[in-house]
Amino acid sequence: MTTLPPPGKVKLGLVIDLDTCVGCHACVVACKGWNTENYGAPLSDQDAYGADPSGTFLNRVHSYEVQPEAAPAQIIHFPRSCLHCDNAPCVTVCPTGASYKRAEDGIVLVNESACIGCGLCAWACPYGAREMDAAAKVMKKCTLCVDRIYNDNLPEEDRTPACVRTCPAGARHFGDLGDPDSAINQLVTERGGFDLMPEMGTQPVNKYLPPRLKDKAPEFDVLAPYLTPVTEARGFLGWLDRTLSALPGARD
Amino acid sequence: MHPALSVILFSTLSGLGFGLLFFLGLGLPVVTGWMAFAAFTLAFLLAVGGLLASTFHLGHPERALRAFSQWRTSWLSREACASVAALLTMAAYGAGLVFAATRIVPLGLIGAALSICTVLTTSMIYAQLKTVPRWHHWSTPALFLSISLAGGALVAGQNQITLILFVVAAACQSWWWSDGDRRFARAGHTMATATGLGQIGAVRSFAPPHTGSNYLMREMIHQIGRKHALRLRAVALTLGYAVPILILLAPQHWALTTLATLSHVAGILASRWIFFAEAEHVVGLYYGKRG
Ligand code: SF4
Ligand code: SF4
Ligand code: SF4
Repeated sequence: MTTLPPPGKVKLGLVIDLDTCVGCHACVVACKGWNTENYGAPLSDQDAYGADPSGTFLNRVHSYEVQPEAAPAQIIHFPRSCLHCDNAPCVTVCPTGASYKRAEDGIVLVNESACIGCGLCAWACPYGAREMDAAAKVMKKCTLCVDRIYNDNLPEEDRTPACVRTCPAGARHFGDLGDPDSAINQLVTERGGFDLMPEMGTQPVNKYLPPRLKDKAPEFDVLAPYLTPVTEARGFLGWLDRTLSALPGARD
Repeated sequence: MHPALSVILFSTLSGLGFGLLFFLGLGLPVVTGWMAFAAFTLAFLLAVGGLLASTFHLGHPERALRAFSQWRTSWLSREACASVAALLTMAAYGAGLVFAATRIVPLGLIGAALSICTVLTTSMIYAQLKTVPRWHHWSTPALFLSISLAGGALVAGQNQITLILFVVAAACQSWWWSDGDRRFARAGHTMATATGLGQIGAVRSFAPPHTGSNYLMREMIHQIGRKHALRLRAVALTLGYAVPILILLAPQHWALTTLATLSHVAGILASRWIFFAEAEHVVGLYYGKRG
């Protein structure tokens, strides 16, 4: 059903810390690995070893350069995956009901056996979170690793999304954003987590934590107090210095 | 957006086909027997041919029946329902005219309404998308409807109305282009809002997430040269509107009407190509490329 469920209490999602992300792409690889071997059609590659390689990924990491007005430029690494929006336009546009949002935990999924591969949902998503698989011809998107987080066959510590589990910098957090007391929600409040393109009205569940403010290097030189200030020589020495400096070939 | 040939063909041909069905449904003109057979065959070929072309665009056409199920929320599903309803109704109406020389007026009126609804649903598939500011505007349905009605009137031989409809469609088209050029900026989506990093400073893409291409870039980040687009607009305006208007002003002859129709279709194909090629999706912002 492509009618959105009424807002639920549980909103599972990710919080991505742009301060700690080092841009290593480990989450990209872990995501591709898990989602190729498990739920749904594998994430295929085309011409993987050729001149024009291309493939399906559910998570991509951009790097941006941000130039503040009066400070050095900052490089910020920026993972981008489905935000499991509360008001998901990708769901309502789907003609077949293949795209849906789960009422119980808010995860947005695609029923691949009902998808006709029209691509309209990918057009409707502002965040580029959906990619049509060129081999299976069905729409692929982040599943929030629904086949890990509830999976009793996995050890407790692995019941978290593959990208979160693998991130070496601890830049990805998983939890219930619908619960005001959850650790992940407190992190969002503390660090001023924000929505991407809020003007779209999609009400993303996933949040991004901004880079922390950079401290300023103090205008202070440890050796400065020990150096005698250079004063300009006067009288004969001054005249000598000026004359010599003026000679051709003299350095100034 | 990537201008896919199947979608361009579909929206142009079926737009014309449903436009023609609209006039046939209204009884403009009332035809019976062989004339009716020819008129309805042409309309059905255009409308159904277009629909078939659009299914080539699907990854899994064998599941197309499912597309009728989500009419509550999905314009694409509504389009599927409306088009089949229109075709069935008009087939029954047409059969009456062809085989029994009887015009069942209410059936024709309902068929006409359904035909025009189909064009409306097609246009709403694009107009609903906030992600493509150029399309996300009430004037997109106005554009599709005026083109479909003008083309339909032309083929149906409704000379008086045709002239007016062509002038309206041409005006709609010109305004849609000039206003469309400003819609992305007006919508206010920028790299700053897309990344949320605007508070810190000016954002630019430093390294893309992948060195090769991907679905998003192929499908949604299609860039077309400005000069190229302007030239195509001129072609579309000339062939699609100006030539048919000039021909309509001349004394009537069936050969001339055919020529006007062919010119109109060629112009609208060009216009539809630009409709997609010029449309910029906001996902381009993440790649530092609008487009
Ligand atoms: S991020 Fe895109 S694909 Fe995910 S729920 Fe939101 S609109 Fe849909
Ligand atoms: S591509 Fe599949 S999931 Fe997406 S809108 Fe079409 S049918 Fe629905
Ligand atoms: S939650 Fe799972 S599917 Fe989603 S980006 Fe992370 S690894 Fe990929």
